[in-house]
Amino acid sequence: MKILVCISKAPDTTSKISFADNNSKFNEAGVQYIVNPYDEWYALVRALEIKETIGGNVTIITVGTAADEPIIRKALAIGADDAVRIDAEPKDALFVAKNIADYAKDKGFDLILTGKETIDYNGSQVPGMMAELLDLPYISSASKLDLSANTATLETDIPGGSEVLEVELPAVISCAKGMAEARIPNMRGIMASRTKPLTVVSSNDQNAFTSIKTYSLPLEKKGCKYISAENVQELVDLLHNEAKAI
Amino acid sequence: MAVLIYVDSVSGKVNKPGFEAINYGKKIADLKGDKAVVIVTGDCHNTAELGNYGASKVLHAKAVSSADSGVLTKVIAKAAEQENADIIVFSHNLVGRAVAPRVAARLNAGHVAGAIETPTNNGAFTVKKAVFSGKAFADVEISSEKKVISILPNSSPVVSMGGDAEIIDFAVDAALLNSKIKVKEVKTKDGEISLREAELVVSAGRGLKGPENWGMVEEMAKILGAATACSRPVADIGWRPHHEHVGQTGIAIAPDLYFAIGISGAIQHLAGVNRSKTIVVINKDADAPFFKAADYGIVGDAFEIVPKLNEALKKFKANAQ
Ligand SMILES: Cc1cc2nc3c(=O)[nH]c(=O)nc-3n(C[C@H](O)[C@H](O)[C@H](O)COP(=O)(O)OP(=O)(O)OC[C@H]3O[C@@H](n4cnc5c(N)ncnc54)[C@H](O)[C@@H]3O)c2cc1C
Ligand SMILES: Nc1ncnc2c1ncn2[C@@H]1O[C@H](COP(=O)(O)O)[C@@H](O)[C@H]1O
Repeated sequence: MKILVCISKAPDTTSKISFADNNSKFNEAGVQYIVNPYDEWYALVRALEIKETIGGNVTIITVGTAADEPIIRKALAIGADDAVRIDAEPKDALFVAKNIADYAKDKGFDLILTGKETIDYNGSQVPGMMAELLDLPYISSASKLDLSANTATLETDIPGGSEVLEVELPAVISCAKGMAEARIPNMRGIMASRTKPLTVVSSNDQNAFTSIKTYSLPLEKKGCKYISAENVQELVDLLHNEAKAI
Repeated sequence: MAVLIYVDSVSGKVNKPGFEAINYGKKIADLKGDKAVVIVTGDCHNTAELGNYGASKVLHAKAVSSADSGVLTKVIAKAAEQENADIIVFSHNLVGRAVAPRVAARLNAGHVAGAIETPTNNGAFTVKKAVFSGKAFADVEISSEKKVISILPNSSPVVSMGGDAEIIDFAVDAALLNSKIKVKEVKTKDGEISLREAELVVSAGRGLKGPENWGMVEEMAKILGAATACSRPVADIGWRPHHEHVGQTGIAIAPDLYFAIGISGAIQHLAGVNRSKTIVVINKDADAPFFKAADYGIVGDAFEIVPKLNEALKKFKANAQ
């Protein structure tokens, strides 16, 4: 089983979100980057579990600059076999998808796994775009993934419930909670990660069709109105008359 | 030119996220002086209602299911070509998330996912979307000729416009329907309100001590007609199912009312619920960070407050009948 896992960097979940250059850029000062949680906890770990049960190879790929190598090493330390970095600053989702699809098209991957979305730009775009560019079936936001021969069985949410799907491989699957449990790299993994192969390939240098012009922050809340624990009726009245929520 | 809006049909009907997408597409169409054309797939019994939300024409592709985004993409691309549509609108709901990016890739179009406001078009076409899990917004310019926009559910109230739409059967070649995906089983949770679309949500956290104490939370949800949700550790320990986990790494929601009971309000939790219109926090620790994001707060023991609150809500509901 040849598995490609797409990983993206993401600002640590506790990062303070602020902007620079007249609100045109994310302020990276003091921001720690991590592997996007969905990519690491679910896509990567499930890929490793599959490899451990039926054998195969797990390659990770990221579209990013040399500054992103620590997140690549982290994914290798967790257990991926080798890594590819497409050397470019990701311009937008279609740019990333075109780059990865171009790289993957003739490599014979059986499974391409991604996270459900990146926690910074929240697009859930890259996997669907790649699937279309590679003309592959795509299951979005799967919470279970099992393999038998050339078929994957998956579970995903649908409005008001969930469904079990069967898909012929190769396929693109974006991974959500439920699929696997996060793993912490051990010392051996960390040591081994330093010498695992990392190939840098150049970008196919596409134009991007979308660009962020300005950022803004939500308005501050007016402040909390406190209600005494002895007087829950007041809360009901406020929710009805003031908030008009019930 | 036209604006094409794709909506999916849930249990035989287009529902609120669909109406919202049609409203949204209609606003863009008005901006450009074009018409808004809707395409809906599968079994759908309320096509006649869609004109009321802004559609001037409804293409109904009955034979197409929404399970395979690849098939849907081909059908939507065909409709876009037929209608000469340069903007395609989706809801950023479960089906929209799977299919909109595929359509964007097929049409080589710029795509904004999670739009929260109608675009502005003064030379450049700019769309506002939520980023950093709702902690900020970004104005994104789309420069391609064709554009795909997915609107975040619950970002604007649904408006009736009182229009009528022409309804047309959209025939699709059988060859287009070939799919490598088979639906083996559909598990619906009858009577349960879907968290993603819920207007009212009652949520609880580790403060509730154990799964056996969720009865009062479920009762509140039942009285209000609300969906239930939980914090991540609660889903991780298995007190509640994973699909109830809200937050930065769970589901992001934007209901009219969010009740947080025994949840501390960690930044990762807030990221998934901070777009709620009204937030009520019940926590025994007056310093719990959640109070900073709350509109209404009660400091005290949930085990005393929630049962009393349920009684008061029950009375309120009975009088409101
Ligand atoms: C990368 C990352 C991603 C994460 N993603 C998410 C996410 O998506 N969603 C999420 O929820 N969390 C997420 N977390 C976890 C988050 O940081 C918090 O640990 C979590 O939200 C805390 O859950 P809690 O509030 O239920 O529990 P606690 O923090 O233990 O808080 C329990 C609260 O209950 C109160 N309490 C106790 N007893 C009572 C009582 N009798 N009556 C009333 N109140 C009482 C306490 O005062 C306390 O405030 C993430 C963490 C990381 C590192
Ligand atoms: N720059 C990138 N390099 C590699 N994979 C990426 C990159 N950006 C996004 N992805 C993958 O695509 C998924 C969805 O990302 P997004 O469409 O940005 O929400 C992520 O969870 C990653 O698996």
